[in-house]
Amino acid sequence: MTDKPSKLPRTIPVQSATFTPAVNAEIRRAAATGIYDIRGGGTKRSVPHFDDLLFLGASISRYPLEGYREKCATNITLGTRFAKTPIELDIPITIAGMSFGALSGQAKEALGRGATAAGTSTTTGDGGMTEEERSHSRLLVYQYLPSRYGMNPDDLRRCDAIEVVVGQGAKPGGGGMLLGQKISDRVAGMRDLPAGIDQRSACRHPDWTGPDDLEIKILELREITGWEKPIYVKVGGARPYFDTALAVKSGADVVVLDGMQGGTAATQDVFIEHVGIPILGCIRPAVQALQDLGMHRKVQLIVSGGIRNGADVAKALALGADAVSIGTAALIAIGDNDPKWEDDYQKLGTTAGAYDDWHEGMDPAGITTQDPKLAARLDPIMAGRQLANYLKVLTLEAQTIARACGKSHVHNLEPEDLCALTIEAAAMARVPLAGTNWIPGKGF
Amino acid sequence: MTTIDLSENGLRHLNETLQSQTQGTNQQDWEIINPRGSHAIAVGLDAPIHVTVSGSTGYYCGGMNKQASITVKGSVGPGVAENMMSGMVVVEGDASQYAGATGRGGTLVVRGNAASRCGISMKGIDIVVEGNIGHMSAFMAQRGNLVVLGDAGEALGDSLYEARLYVRGTVKSLGADCIEKEMRPEHLAQLAELLERSGTDADPSTFRRYGSARQLYHFNVDNASAY
Amino acid sequence: MCGIVGLFLKDDALKPLLGEMLSAMLVTMTDRGPDSAGIAIYGDDVAGQMKITVQSSQPDSDFPVLEKDLSEHPQLVRESLHIQIRDTHAVISVAESDRDHILTLIKDKHPNIRVMSQGQSIEIYKEVGLPKDVVSRFALTQATGSHGIGHTRMATESAVTTLGAHPFSTGSDQCLVHNGSLSNHNMLRRKLRAEGVDIQTENDSEVAAAYLSARMSEGLSLGEALTSALNDLDGFFTFVVGTKTGFGVLRDPIACKPAVMAETKAYVAFGSEYRALVNLPAIDNAKVWEPEPAEVYFWSH
Repeated sequence: MTDKPSKLPRTIPVQSATFTPAVNAEIRRAAATGIYDIRGGGTKRSVPHFDDLLFLGASISRYPLEGYREKCATNITLGTRFAKTPIELDIPITIAGMSFGALSGQAKEALGRGATAAGTSTTTGDGGMTEEERSHSRLLVYQYLPSRYGMNPDDLRRCDAIEVVVGQGAKPGGGGMLLGQKISDRVAGMRDLPAGIDQRSACRHPDWTGPDDLEIKILELREITGWEKPIYVKVGGARPYFDTALAVKSGADVVVLDGMQGGTAATQDVFIEHVGIPILGCIRPAVQALQDLGMHRKVQLIVSGGIRNGADVAKALALGADAVSIGTAALIAIGDNDPKWEDDYQKLGTTAGAYDDWHEGMDPAGITTQDPKLAARLDPIMAGRQLANYLKVLTLEAQTIARACGKSHVHNLEPEDLCALTIEAAAMARVPLAGTNWIPGKGF
Repeated sequence: MTTIDLSENGLRHLNETLQSQTQGTNQQDWEIINPRGSHAIAVGLDAPIHVTVSGSTGYYCGGMNKQASITVKGSVGPGVAENMMSGMVVVEGDASQYAGATGRGGTLVVRGNAASRCGISMKGIDIVVEGNIGHMSAFMAQRGNLVVLGDAGEALGDSLYEARLYVRGTVKSLGADCIEKEMRPEHLAQLAELLERSGTDADPSTFRRYGSARQLYHFNVDNASAY
Repeated sequence: MCGIVGLFLKDDALKPLLGEMLSAMLVTMTDRGPDSAGIAIYGDDVAGQMKITVQSSQPDSDFPVLEKDLSEHPQLVRESLHIQIRDTHAVISVAESDRDHILTLIKDKHPNIRVMSQGQSIEIYKEVGLPKDVVSRFALTQATGSHGIGHTRMATESAVTTLGAHPFSTGSDQCLVHNGSLSNHNMLRRKLRAEGVDIQTENDSEVAAAYLSARMSEGLSLGEALTSALNDLDGFFTFVVGTKTGFGVLRDPIACKPAVMAETKAYVAFGSEYRALVNLPAIDNAKVWEPEPAEVYFWSH
């Protein structure tokens, strides 16, 4: 037989769900370079999050509030436990710590302008306080990190609150990282490093280890600042119950919890994706720890990691947080990963929305860069207005939801206003699966 | 001389009083009695005053000091002169761990021994220890000078940046990227100045210099075992 | 997480003051550990006698029943049997040969009564609460003995309970206190339980104590057991360990948790902070130092 059939049915090429194209590309890259993949941002893969929760709006048994005259208040006071001058915010949304160095000076200025217009605070990052930031932010939280770059008593005294950073959600157990491309002369000067080298990270504080020592460190910080400033303690999501309890026992005024969706300027991709838990799994244990110590609402809880809209804000508050913090969302609001720079993203081998090589300092949007030409693309005044607009929308959305649940203050949202769409979310948030009484794993 | 009794007046009163002294103050000399191992003594000072602590302290004595000269007639707990900006802190006894941690300026002198992690993450402070120092000293030390007349413990200068280390005694082991370097005339001169500043009698030519090999300044896979 | 104090007397003249000195040291460390406190006192031993310290959270109901059971027990040497009640604890002195009878009785018939320690000279008192309250409840300022170890606790991962307090005793006249956080205690606990070791809590410190006791029961000395701990235990720790005649100190190789020691002709003292040692006799002339990492320090009578 010499005739060969010309068109046999064939199998369709199937990509492996384990060895996906992205995974294979990463293996090839690792083989070529001998170094782990470093990127910015928070976890990209899908994890249980606020989208899996729904509010039970008013109906026959509950009555909603009208808009306008029937007020739904949003103000909050942080640092009521020990500080002489607690912080008053108009909205329960703050801007999270992001360093000058990771971000351009213009970006920091934009964040300050927007936050001030909205009546809330910004936070310094792993590099110290800049003049621009102090002058543009009416309320500025000063981070006290393992690196201690730029740390000095004068900035401690002119900040509005101090945030002792034990860890962050992207990398609980990891330290700061800034690669040579972004260690400009100015950044190097602030950090006492030679320009152009890779900054290595310290993951533990240099002069204290453990909550028993932290208590003494907090005492020292209070003594230096005359017991005026609220002291926050920030941890990445890992063991939220114990971490919250220990922060309280160490003397914190405020606990800040950052889930795995929380972004970083740069760290190993495996760290971001595989260490730390989603913020959804952090809030109830943290609130439980506060309640067990009789400290709920007395030591305030700020949560972060993937807050994107007013529904996320309202859900976090309903689960018991006092406020939320935004990082990635704030950057997007001022122009990060904007499609208008698509040509430039393509040149970098990526696309708008996916760009995460912030450590290389070539951000087309001019935000995560130290390059003056790129940084000049961001107009701080316009960007500040964008951030203020976005914060306004977050607030209005949260208020709308709260009113629909019959609340005259967003803080009156409670877990019983929620239900879950999935079993995981129900278990993590400790609210019932929609339409049922069932809370999985309630024993804990 | 103004004397403050810590056991009678409390820490807040002590620090508030000392912190409120300014550049041109009349009260130049202060003595603190009954420290009894308390923490955060004389922290956050910002005036060119002289403070003597008569006794031993707990953690963070002289923390974030600016301009003041603090002398402790006793020993100190962890973190003495941590993050010091300027001025001088002299410990006549021993210092515990983390002495001079993240210090950005000024001079710390320890007449006795310092313990582990002396000068950790230092950012410009000068430290002179007349006795020994413990393990992991000068870890990630970025800037400044550490002078040790006695011996140094394990892993000296691990992950060192640009700080200079001068040791007269033996070094139990060197940390990652820390190597012995040549003593040139400029180093001898600098060391002599440091020793004079601390009032220490020692011959610079008997010291050895250690510094960064700078191999970790940019990641290279062949250095992976150092991490 | 914790404050540790320890005192080993070289000078017998100080023995009547052991409790007073150690209690004062312990109270100074209150800030480091407000959750619970405990002290192990190595007091006088009587030849042929053992002491079992027990605890109950309902002493008024449990101890009378226990006393009755002990007095009616057919096998016990009655003349050797004494019970001294202090607040929630009781020290049962028995003939050495009777020790196991008592332990069995308590285990079988008194599940609410917990054994804190047993041995020829050790007594352990520990409770939830501030150090000064624990000290006064058990009249610890009056205790006498040759050496003792105290601990104040700030719980990290396990519960704040009486049983979670230190010192932990997992062998006759042995006890351990710990400042730090072990990172592989769960797998060690499973391994030890598989070897037949009884571990009662989820507390990492109890695992360390059980580990040392297990190694010593295999014939290792305390010093050798501590050395092998450096290989098998992971995490951050400062241990102070007591045996009938001895007192040991060990810090992990990274040695971040604080530790200060002072030695004179009369005593060897340990504290998490120098503050704890400040009132000891002749402290100004003592040799004061910080233990090196991964080095076993040991004194014995």
